[in-house]
Parts: sequence; structure tokens; C-alpha cells
Amino acid sequence: MSTEATSTESFTDSHVLDPAATTLSQDAISAEITDIHAAYKQSVLDGARAETQPRIDFAPYRSSLLRHPTKNLHHADPETIELHSPAFGERDVHALESDLTIQHNGEPIGERIVVAGRVLDGDGRPVAGQLIEVWQANAAGRYIHKRDQHPAPIDPNFTGVGRAITGPNGEYSFTTIKPAPYPWKNHHNAWRPAHIHFSLFGTDFTQRMITQMYFPGDPLFSLDPIYQAITDADARDRLVATYDHSITSHEWATGYNWDIVLTGSNRTWMEDEEGEN
Amino acid sequence: MTTANTAPALELAPTPGQTIGPFYGYALPFDKDNELVNQARPGAVRLHGVVTDGNGTVIPDALLEIWQADEHGNVVAKDGSLVRDGYTFTGWGRTAVDNVGHYTFTTLNPGATEEGKAPFIMLTVFARGLLNRLFTRIYLPEDTAALANDPLLASLDEAGRKTLVATREADGSLRFDVSLQGENETVFLSYPRES
Repeated sequence: MSTEATSTESFTDSHVLDPAATTLSQDAISAEITDIHAAYKQSVLDGARAETQPRIDFAPYRSSLLRHPTKNLHHADPETIELHSPAFGERDVHALESDLTIQHNGEPIGERIVVAGRVLDGDGRPVAGQLIEVWQANAAGRYIHKRDQHPAPIDPNFTGVGRAITGPNGEYSFTTIKPAPYPWKNHHNAWRPAHIHFSLFGTDFTQRMITQMYFPGDPLFSLDPIYQAITDADARDRLVATYDHSITSHEWATGYNWDIVLTGSNRTWMEDEEGEN
Repeated sequence: MTTANTAPALELAPTPGQTIGPFYGYALPFDKDNELVNQARPGAVRLHGVVTDGNGTVIPDALLEIWQADEHGNVVAKDGSLVRDGYTFTGWGRTAVDNVGHYTFTTLNPGATEEGKAPFIMLTVFARGLLNRLFTRIYLPEDTAALANDPLLASLDEAGRKTLVATREADGSLRFDVSLQGENETVFLSYPRES
């Protein structure tokens, strides 16, 4: 894990798709979101299936315009390599990597939190022994990243990167600092809700996913085109952690619970039950 | 697709995916992440190409992962992908594209997992602007009989098929470009029990 916290390199702002887009107002973006959501609700009333995943063609998130496939995903019967997952173990991840607050010489600034939960598959089975990676901004909303030029302070004691291997019941726990919202250039005055990125593996590689965990009650939810790209309200709610006082510890850290559900395994139900790893 | 029709319903609704965003740089890349084998190893192969958007412009902030069988067609189950010892083939690798949208893996030609099967490498694509990951397959170009019999390739039209078969370059490298949108749009896959 790199601890190179700063860089003097300067970069053109290559994550801005179209500088002109930044002149659009929040109201214009919000109106687009409202229209798409209204059409979705109507389609469900008319009998369409609920959507459990984000739309990949979600125009209010301007960067998606040229980066979403225009053809439908092609249905494939998974075979061989797709029905297995890479193996991860103690050689890959040290136990201390799940504590993002101890990777440098001092205590990071901010609200110390513990995020804990379980990783399950779509059949409710725990996903054990798999890699879970997290990354996030610091308590001021700044990433340690050469392209993040947001003028908020870098915390020399916080890189915002952690890893863990899920336990026998799919459990995981990270100790970290609550990240802050930060501005971005999708439109004028665009701010991302505070979030932690999660990268997950299942027992089939077809279960591989990357997502973002949000914090309850964030006033920026309704304004954010990335979060709102999930058109279904119940599905959106699944990305929001729950404050959990049983995870909170005395004079140390507040606690959040967040369980993650991957898709179903395509393998085990087709074959004789073999040892689950 | 047979399994698509018979796959049992999921008990739990899956958590939605989200974009990887642009700032994964200190989290996901790691030392030798794209070196499944050392390039000096006999049989080492370069797999490379570019990732482009709907304008044909290269994407500088995509992240790719591959997962494949070894050269004998065995699916390995060995750890050590994140801390490579230089000898163990784990079958899995990751790389961020560079400033000009180009990626390189050093790997092995995967073998066929069964007699007569067309060998392929599984590829997963993540990028800012891409709201959920995309899956595809990189087929090796050589075994044309196996390619002709492959059920997935057979279910595609000629243009779609072409996007999934790598090109063998004069030096033995495999060239595979990923096009998220547009004229040569790569065929991306979904699986029966995704949601």
C-alpha cells in the first residue's frame, strides 16, 4: 500500500468531460433526475421489473454519456474461469490493513468510525475468505490522489486506503475516519455525498463488484447524479449504512453497520455441493 | 441460454454497483499488479490494447482486471496475487490504463479448460463515468475450429464476434482493444443470476 501522500506533479483536469457542462445548474440536473425517476416509477406501475442496479446510461451524470455501451449486455452462460474466483489469503493482506487510522505516525484528523457488516451472496450465504478493499476522502473531503486538486487540506496521517479478508461468516470491519462531502465538476456547485468506495469479490468472478457506501441522512442524496443513477428508491437505500450504537465504542469511535449482497453464484447450484471456500 | 431460464431466483436483492470514480489511484493499483508472470519467463505473453469512449478518444482513468486459466487450462486457486513472489501463477491481475488509455498485462496464453473449448481470458472494466463494471471475454485467435464451435461467439453477429477475439501480433503479443461505445463497441456480457 503506497504511503506517498503528496505529489508536486500538476495535471490538466482530465476528469472533466466537458468544461461547458460545469455551467449547468443544479436545478437543471435535478430536473433531469426527477424526469427519469418519474418515468421509472410509471414503468414499474405498468408492470416492469424493479431495477436493482444503476443505469449505465444516466445522462445527469455527464461523464457517463460517452462511456456506456449502447447495446444491451449479451447474456452468457458462465463457464470455467467465470465460475471461480481468485484466491486471497494472509500473504495478500495484513490484518492491520483494515485500520486506516494507524498507517502513519500520528492520529488522523476527524471523527473516528468503525464500519462493520457482512458480505453475503444473493442466496443469503456468507462470502468467506474474499478480498474487500476500501478507499475514501479524508475528513476534509480530499483524496490522496494526484488528480484531486480540491483545495482542502491533505492529512499527513491519512491515506484513506484499507483492505481485509472476509471472515468465516462473511464478516468484515474497518476502522477509519468519516469522510466529508467534496465538490466535483459535473455541473455548477455539484457536491458528492460523503461516501466510502468498496471493492468486493464473490465465489464466482461474475459476482465481482465495486460500489460506494453512504452515510444516513445526508442532505446531498437527492442532488447527486451518481447516487440517483439507481432509479429504484429501495435499491438506493441499500447503499446507505445504518448508525449502530452496538458498534460504537466508549470514548473511541462511532459505529456503522453495512451488509453487502453480491449476486447469486452460478456455480454451486449447478453442481454437487463442494467445499465452499 | 439454458441456465438463464432455469436459474433460481435470488433470495436477497443485490447491493447496487457504483462507478469506481477517478480517485482509486492509491487504493487499487499495487506493485506488479499487471504481472501475472515475470516477463522473462518462457511462455510469457504481453496482452495489451487501449480503452476508448464513444468518440474514439482514449480513456485515461479506466481500471482493468483479468482472470484466466493457466497454459494447461487449469483454473488455479493460489493466493499471492497482491504480494507476488515472482513464481506463483495466480491467474488474476489488475492494471490502471496509462495517460494515453493503454494497458499491458504480462501473462500466459490460457489453455482450453476442456478438449475442444475455445480458450479465453475474462476481462472486467471499471472507469469513471461507467456506473457499473462491465464483463467481457478475450478469446485467443489461434484455434479457429474451437472458435467456430463456441456457443457464445456463435450467438453473435460477425461484428460482435470480432470484438471478442484478440489479434496475435508479430512478436507474439495479444492485442485487445476495449471500446465502451461507438462503431466497434465491445460486446459486454451479463450472467444468469446477476439480479
